Amino acid sequence: MATLVHSNPQAAEEVNYLNVEHGWKSWLLTTDHKRIAILYLISITLMFFVGGTFAVLFRINLLSPEGIFSAETYNRLFSMHGIIMVFFFLVPSIPATLANFFIPIMIGAKDLAFPRINLLSWYIYIVGAVLALYAVVRGGVDTGWTFYTPYSSTYSNSYVLAAAFGVFVAGFSSILTGLNFIVTVHKMRAPGMTWSRLPLFVWANYATGLIQVLGTPVLAITLLLLAFERIAKVGIFDPRIGGDPILFQHLFWFYSHPAVYIMILPGMGVISEIVSCFARKRIFGYNFIAFSSMAIAVLSFVVWGHHMFLTGESMYTAVSFSLLSMMVAVPSAIKVFNWTATMYKGSVSFDTPMLYAFGFIGLFTIGGLTGLYLASLGTDIATHGTYFIVAHFHYVMVGGMVMAFMGGLHFWWPKMTGRMYSESWSKFAALLVFVGFNLTFFPQFILGYLGMPRRYHAYPPEFQVLNVLSTAGASVLGVGYLIPMIYFAYSLRKGPKAGPNPWGAAGLEWQIQSPPTTFNFDETPTVKEEAYNYGPLEEIVG
Amino acid sequence: MLASLPLLDIPLFPPVASAQARQIDYLYFFISAVTIIMTLLIFVAIVFFAYKYRRSAHPHPTQIEGSTKLELFWSITPFLVMLVMFAWGAQLYYAAQNPPKDAMEIFVTGKQWMWKIQYPNGTRLINELYVPVGQPVKLTMASEDVIHSFSIPAFRVRHDVVPGTYNNLWFTPTKPGDYRLYCTEYCGLWHAKMNGWVHVREPKEWSAWVSGGSQGSLSEQGQKQFQQLGCATCHLLDQQGRCPNLRGLYNKPVQLNNGQTVTANDAYLRESILNPNAKVVSGFEPDIMPNFKGQVSEETVIQLIAYVKSLSPSGPAFQQGSQQPPVVIAPKAATPKAQPATRQ
Repeated sequence: MATLVHSNPQAAEEVNYLNVEHGWKSWLLTTDHKRIAILYLISITLMFFVGGTFAVLFRINLLSPEGIFSAETYNRLFSMHGIIMVFFFLVPSIPATLANFFIPIMIGAKDLAFPRINLLSWYIYIVGAVLALYAVVRGGVDTGWTFYTPYSSTYSNSYVLAAAFGVFVAGFSSILTGLNFIVTVHKMRAPGMTWSRLPLFVWANYATGLIQVLGTPVLAITLLLLAFERIAKVGIFDPRIGGDPILFQHLFWFYSHPAVYIMILPGMGVISEIVSCFARKRIFGYNFIAFSSMAIAVLSFVVWGHHMFLTGESMYTAVSFSLLSMMVAVPSAIKVFNWTATMYKGSVSFDTPMLYAFGFIGLFTIGGLTGLYLASLGTDIATHGTYFIVAHFHYVMVGGMVMAFMGGLHFWWPKMTGRMYSESWSKFAALLVFVGFNLTFFPQFILGYLGMPRRYHAYPPEFQVLNVLSTAGASVLGVGYLIPMIYFAYSLRKGPKAGPNPWGAAGLEWQIQSPPTTFNFDETPTVKEEAYNYGPLEEIVG
Repeated sequence: MLASLPLLDIPLFPPVASAQARQIDYLYFFISAVTIIMTLLIFVAIVFFAYKYRRSAHPHPTQIEGSTKLELFWSITPFLVMLVMFAWGAQLYYAAQNPPKDAMEIFVTGKQWMWKIQYPNGTRLINELYVPVGQPVKLTMASEDVIHSFSIPAFRVRHDVVPGTYNNLWFTPTKPGDYRLYCTEYCGLWHAKMNGWVHVREPKEWSAWVSGGSQGSLSEQGQKQFQQLGCATCHLLDQQGRCPNLRGLYNKPVQLNNGQTVTANDAYLRESILNPNAKVVSGFEPDIMPNFKGQVSEETVIQLIAYVKSLSPSGPAFQQGSQQPPVVIAPKAATPKAQPATRQ
């Protein structure tokens, strides 16, 4: 990327973080948070396309009620799709890329608090990813991303240990990223950057960091116990040798439910930035949005039991977790209402990032509301373990987080690369993603209440039409994700220069050159105003 | 409710074939109504604001800080609506956890990758469950290996089948017909083939399908196992042997040697067969009875428990002693036609 920009014949470039040094060593040994963010961006994009390829393959399998591939192949495809997408794309997606790049700049700092730990976290991620890919190449894993025992610990004949070890290792990269953010936000804010002036993107990632640091070690412990039982046959989870299979679910979801919020909170932060920028308004209810991020982080740790309503959990436990799960929906609702209200009396434009933000709000609203069917004990009986759940969490994870990631990437791409991408192609791709997404996942809500179980390589013939619709949608969605790869790559070389502030956005990151210099600011800025101090566009640009 | 698209014959809504299915549907409709209204509200607001305040028409934004009153309104109102969903759902869940006393008991063992069904009269079926219409049915479920989940979408019932314990679910079929049953917890290679049918039949027709086995009733099968496994040498029935006398034991409190008291229910009996030293009865020595864990299948354990039950004069819901034919008790009010159907 550096050489591409450098070889551009247009005039002499300003020195920036991309062209300041060249050669692979300058990338692999960098401690610049922006370069590390680019390393992460390339890595997670590769993993996204690996995981996405698995999804395309198993959607093809589901075109026919009897399945096209073998049961064995299908089981490995959906398992590896889940493991790669959750642990190697969604968890690091926004924090390790956009937040890594922009948190220091947004608070007026030169870098994260621990630049070398930041680089270390990327290497740890790569080791984890290599282990997971090793499991894929050797023949895959067939436990689902949830690794439920005693199937995973005793019965599965696939590469469970390699995959679980990959997830275990990648967890440490997540912990280190979270730790870095927490310390950076506490200690490295520029003069005048008070907590109540922090951009909401920073608040969201700060809350995410807390979950990463507090939750991920539990996942590590859980996977170690799983490995211990699988290797040494010590009875922890398998009742045949004295274990308790539900214990695994408690431990696993104690991390993995908060992890759902690791995967969505940063996306919510991106949407707050985009909506205020393209409505040209101070965000509506700043304090409530910031507080709701923290409320989500805290409440996310006390809802894990809703994954076990039908395991024989006691009535009192189930009722408590149901009520707490309802409560965690409130801060999410607060955010949606505030984003909508931000547009009121704004001055709204429809640039590509804003289209993704619209998509996010709509799809996340559906994803959030359909969570109520699962939090309510009565309807959970009818929907648990079916395609209803698959649809629900894809509305949150793909309709929410991936939309936000794409929105954020389109929003900050000019800052990260100094170039603009094609406006018409990017709008077209955003539309394809929205249409393709709904066509893929909406039929799955209907399939779910009809009772079609998830993780089935073959299904009753009466479900075929809805499955074919879903596969058709997935292919549209796939094209929607491939087009940006092309126009982004094209923009690196041929895209028009972006200038420091193409959107007329508020925020420190838009006051420095694009791409930024290695240390972001020539001198530490002093912050004198609230976040999102927006006025009419012409007052800022020009 | 439109159950399917008529021209294409695409199902859109599952059949309603049990007493609880509609109950769960009503809550489903309520949450769906809230979901649709809220989604439309947000959608309309976004489209309206985006159009009315588009930059070409409204170049000068009006800065608004926010409104605490509004924030409280849109936090508290949704929460109150969600409390309704919570309480309603909890009530349905409570009902699903508590089978009526007159429920007929059927035993289900999940095993990679089939459902084995055992009836009190000794009938054994695989992946086919025959139940009489109008009769509450309680399933007692065990797993031989990994976690399975037993699901009948047309009844809106589902429960995980966790190895190492018994799980229950119950339903009252209301409509004769054939409905799919599934395993809905991923259990390995042929998970997608671990499914079958529930056949709901009129009681008379039903009893012809469930006509007993050549090996006698479940408790008779248990009695044979009781002899073959050597249980009878220590568990004497007419006098006190080296191990507790099992006559009259079922569902009675038992004093343990650690001072605790437990009820001799299915779960206790299962544990005491597979791992006898876990709970030793007061006055008896540990380590006398061998561990049967891994030695006997869950189906055999179910037979043994049925035998122990038959040794108690008043069984749980209906008599299943070796001398008596199974009796089906139908609820009086719901289906007057369905008189107690007796077999043989």
